[in-house]
Amino acid sequence: MDALDPLILARIQFAANISFHILFPTITIALGWALLGFKLAYNRTKDGAWMDAYRLWVKVFALSFAMGVVSGITMSFQFGTNWPGFMEKVGNIAGPLLAYEVLTAFFLEAVFLGIMLFGFSRVPNWVHTLATFLVAAGTTLSAFWIIVLNSWMQTPVGYEIRDGVVHAADWWAIIFNPSMPYRLTHMLIASALTVAFLIAGMSAWRWLKDGGGEGVRRTLKASVYAAALLIPVQIFVGDLHGLNTLEHQPQKVAAMEANWETRSHVPLVLFAIPDEAARTNHLEVAVPSGASLILKHEAAGVVPGLNDYEGNHPPVAPLFWGFRIMVGIGIAMLALSWFAAWTIRRRGVDAMPRWLAYALVAMTFSGWVATLAGWYVTEIGRQPWLVTGVLKTADAVGPVGSAMVASSLTLYLAVYAVLLTAYIAVLYRLARLGKAAPAGKPMFPVPSIAPGPAAAQEEPA
Amino acid sequence: MTPFIDPWWLPVIFAGLMGLAILLYVILDGYDLGVGMLTRLERGENRDLMVASIGPFWDANETWLVLGIGLLLVAFPVAHGLILTQLYLPVALMLVALILRGVSFEFRAKAPPEHKQRWDHAFFAGSLLTALCQGYMLGAYVLGFDQSLAAVLFCLLAALGLVAGYVFVGACWLIYKVEGDLQKRAVRWAEVSLWATALAMAIISIATPLLSQRIFDRWFRLPEIIALLPIPIASATLFVGLAIFLRRPLRAKDELSWVPLAVAGILFALGFVGIAYSFYPYLIADRLDIWQAAASPEALSIILIGALFVLPVILGYSVLAHWIFRGKATHLSYE
Repeated sequence: MDALDPLILARIQFAANISFHILFPTITIALGWALLGFKLAYNRTKDGAWMDAYRLWVKVFALSFAMGVVSGITMSFQFGTNWPGFMEKVGNIAGPLLAYEVLTAFFLEAVFLGIMLFGFSRVPNWVHTLATFLVAAGTTLSAFWIIVLNSWMQTPVGYEIRDGVVHAADWWAIIFNPSMPYRLTHMLIASALTVAFLIAGMSAWRWLKDGGGEGVRRTLKASVYAAALLIPVQIFVGDLHGLNTLEHQPQKVAAMEANWETRSHVPLVLFAIPDEAARTNHLEVAVPSGASLILKHEAAGVVPGLNDYEGNHPPVAPLFWGFRIMVGIGIAMLALSWFAAWTIRRRGVDAMPRWLAYALVAMTFSGWVATLAGWYVTEIGRQPWLVTGVLKTADAVGPVGSAMVASSLTLYLAVYAVLLTAYIAVLYRLARLGKAAPAGKPMFPVPSIAPGPAAAQEEPA
Repeated sequence: MTPFIDPWWLPVIFAGLMGLAILLYVILDGYDLGVGMLTRLERGENRDLMVASIGPFWDANETWLVLGIGLLLVAFPVAHGLILTQLYLPVALMLVALILRGVSFEFRAKAPPEHKQRWDHAFFAGSLLTALCQGYMLGAYVLGFDQSLAAVLFCLLAALGLVAGYVFVGACWLIYKVEGDLQKRAVRWAEVSLWATALAMAIISIATPLLSQRIFDRWFRLPEIIALLPIPIASATLFVGLAIFLRRPLRAKDELSWVPLAVAGILFALGFVGIAYSFYPYLIADRLDIWQAAASPEALSIILIGALFVLPVILGYSVLAHWIFRGKATHLSYE
């Protein structure tokens, strides 16, 4: 395929936009609940250390939320600018789902965010706590509707086609389509793990620098425990999700496993270089009967292979590698969080070996990598369909020429590169601020107590 | 499910809701984009205060754009595709500008002080470019995406006109939200931008009927013209009245500082009604009307139930947010 094919360019552009976008909801979905947790812990104990944690992470939330809003607006325009065929064909189903996302969730977040961020001293404490709850609920509701639509595109049901246009026949079936519960749970836990490792990594980084005070110790401990609890659940849910995919989109699983032939005793391929032209793997390292055991729970289980779907299955290499990156990170998360939780439980945060803290720092953004890898598997795994069996990706692309798409793509990529760098730099700056705050003292100046120029410069946002 | 009202009405209702969302967007995000452009004229504390005056609101203001474009997307999917592929480049530029504007808002307060200047530039440039692109798109839309030289010139004029309009409503917002010397300067900015806005509205109102026979016929025939006359008359009266109001010193107790903002909102609404009247029932001039572009009645009724339930709530808590953060802006804090 020509590198300047408008279809490929439009796909790269959409992938770039949505990859950039998903980074931020992945953080805000779970961080909203983490903030509610900090706030409730503060309400209960009146311990300033929890409020320190709240103040630091609410800034990260505000920044991530802003990045999510602006990159999300881009998405709602992209449907029209690049993929007009999508809404023309399935607009009667995608439309209401997107509308409900905007109506119920987006506004809930955006409006109460103002109160949550800036209203602490303007509204009664319970209203502030309620606003924090509503923002967290809003982000989660947002995720729900988007996952419903995405899952329906993967496993469409409850529709009928009249005059070439898709109409809804059964909304209940559409919303609770076969893959939705698994994808939603998998994504929500992915968000929680991303945030747990983000908080653990940044807190460990701060702890390595100067101890960081009580707030840092609290968040480090809480996030490591949360990660240790959630990762086994995630591995279990991921397995269920995989079995669900095997049932409804077997060609996707076949590509993930680089399994070229339908047979029994299918090995679990640990390493290989899939060769799409020769339809085989090179340099394969595999566990005999492993895939049959995992997918069919018996060594003689017959697993569908790519030969059943020739010409109608997704590209193999990206799925094969994407899946292995995601699972590899999951295993690293399991090992690290359990060891760290065990160490902290026995010896306390301050007696933690420094290498362990460095390991947590190294894993700060591991959740992002795993989440992106997982989404690449599921989205590329849907190809060549945009809506499985209903609409091909190639049939939805708009009439805009290559040059136009190439220039907008370049523009987006440049902006995203700058913003991502700035975002990460600012996260570290926020974590570093108020260095060596004495225990019990707020990490950030409180303007009503100390309205000095430092506060004025630091706080407006 | 079966539609619960006459299917003929559904596209009309959605066109109305979409229009309302876009009008609210233009007024609400208009003032914060205007403030963004005006930040260029101040430095230090004052600039921080101007930014702080829009802090709790800009997120929610911008979501009206998502709702407006979202309603176009879900209720009129065909028009959404047609309009946005025609406006591909200005849309892409506007999105980048909105991104820059939104994030520099956060970054300017959180980045190291030596980088603050850079994010301030980005904030200004993002606000300006957003306004220019939206004005250009408005012009292109009004002319039905004509590509001739005259049309492009008209679009550029519309771009400048919308910049003036946003600066105007932004200055009115500042009159309401700040005090002292900064407020006095905001009055000056409002006086200047008021006339630029009036000029732009006048030029567009005269040019549109001249460029489109159908719009000409809609406006200049009896008896419609008598019913329509109040629109230009009210606009002119409000412009002149506000100009006189702004020349007088604001009262000591500042109790009327909300008046310019309210007048600016009404003027935007009048301009909007004018454009809407010129277009109805077309979504794309003379080509596609709202019934041709609409999604199926079943889909529209499903959305309508949600919209009728949620929109009053959204309006309610938008008012609530503006009420909680009422009064003069102070330096914001996360406290």
